[in-house]
Amino acid sequence: MTDRTLEIEVLRYRPERDAQPFYQPFTVPFSDDMSVLQALLYIKDELDSTLSFRWSCRMAICGSCGMMVNGVPRLACRTFLRNYAEGKLRIDPLNHFPIERDLVVDANDFIRKLESIKPYLIPKETRSPEQGEYLQTPRQLEQFRQFSTCINCMLCYAACPQYGLDSGFTGPGVLALLHRYNADSRDGAREERMQLVHAEEGVWSCTAVGYCSEVCPKGVDPANAVNQNKTASAMDYFLRFIKPRGQGK
Amino acid sequence: MSGQASKRRPYIRPMQGWWRRNPFFMRYMAREVTAIIVVIYALLLGWGVVRLAQGEAAYEAWRATLGMPLMLLFHAVALAVFLYHTWSWFAIMPKTMPMIFIGGKKLAASTIAGLGLATAVAATVALFLVVEWIRP
Repeated sequence: MTDRTLEIEVLRYRPERDAQPFYQPFTVPFSDDMSVLQALLYIKDELDSTLSFRWSCRMAICGSCGMMVNGVPRLACRTFLRNYAEGKLRIDPLNHFPIERDLVVDANDFIRKLESIKPYLIPKETRSPEQGEYLQTPRQLEQFRQFSTCINCMLCYAACPQYGLDSGFTGPGVLALLHRYNADSRDGAREERMQLVHAEEGVWSCTAVGYCSEVCPKGVDPANAVNQNKTASAMDYFLRFIKPRGQGK
Repeated sequence: MSGQASKRRPYIRPMQGWWRRNPFFMRYMAREVTAIIVVIYALLLGWGVVRLAQGEAAYEAWRATLGMPLMLLFHAVALAVFLYHTWSWFAIMPKTMPMIFIGGKKLAASTIAGLGLATAVAATVALFLVVEWIRP
């Protein structure tokens, strides 16, 4: 540890005690290589053991430690304290989700939506091991590769004002994952998933704010997935006049 | 399970003033607001077409209205708004398009936005040239 310290305000909310959340200030010693997550761990170990927050891998792959750092959705483990050395650091739970306790949010809505899109390959044709693997060209892989790197950290939901205003919206991350499977040449469940895309709660609740893609720590670009599907949804709408549903599979 | 009542009381934060909390959202709202000025300007031009159909005197009166100081001020504001409108929409355009591959490489977002802006500039220049060309 060094003798440098940082003032950190953390939003506290203990449902059994507090009528509403409030900011609690902490003074944390820090060095250049310390992350916001490490600061929270320091607070929990040394200053106030009642502080609740989610974390796991410490290396930006589990997607557990998403929170608002000075109002911006970020993974606490990949945000360094040195960048906030001048001035204040304020930590809030992820925006647009109900606060369960302190920095822990209720993610049930996200999980339910994630399940609803069937986030797994539903093969177009069943193949036996003797027939060999499902082949794919590099170009076919490129169609979905970036969307498959989503870690379900929900930063994009905290970045989406449309989700904040109406949580009925399926939201950026889940729609990006939906597109990840629909854009996969091996998958055969596109038509089923498109029913979720067509709905008003599907892609049409998006107004192209674009902040979701800005905050994504994995370069998934959910805004691109959502807006590509606006075109796909519109195409489906017009094409049904010349190609009735259920045909031409 | 135990007979204890749940202490859960999820707290939902208000959304009031959400777009003022982040500069990104303010730029987004500015982009959306530009559409209103675009509509007003379209109505202004539409009104000109109606006046043109009513004859030369009506059309000249409309042109004279456009020359009023307040109208000139509106045009200056509208020009600035249109420039921002053009820039902000082409900036978001790469996110609205399917991936484009050229020679096996994905076309960069900045290239798509740049091409869009270049097209807008070319179209504007072409329009001025056509107007100069057909001018009596």
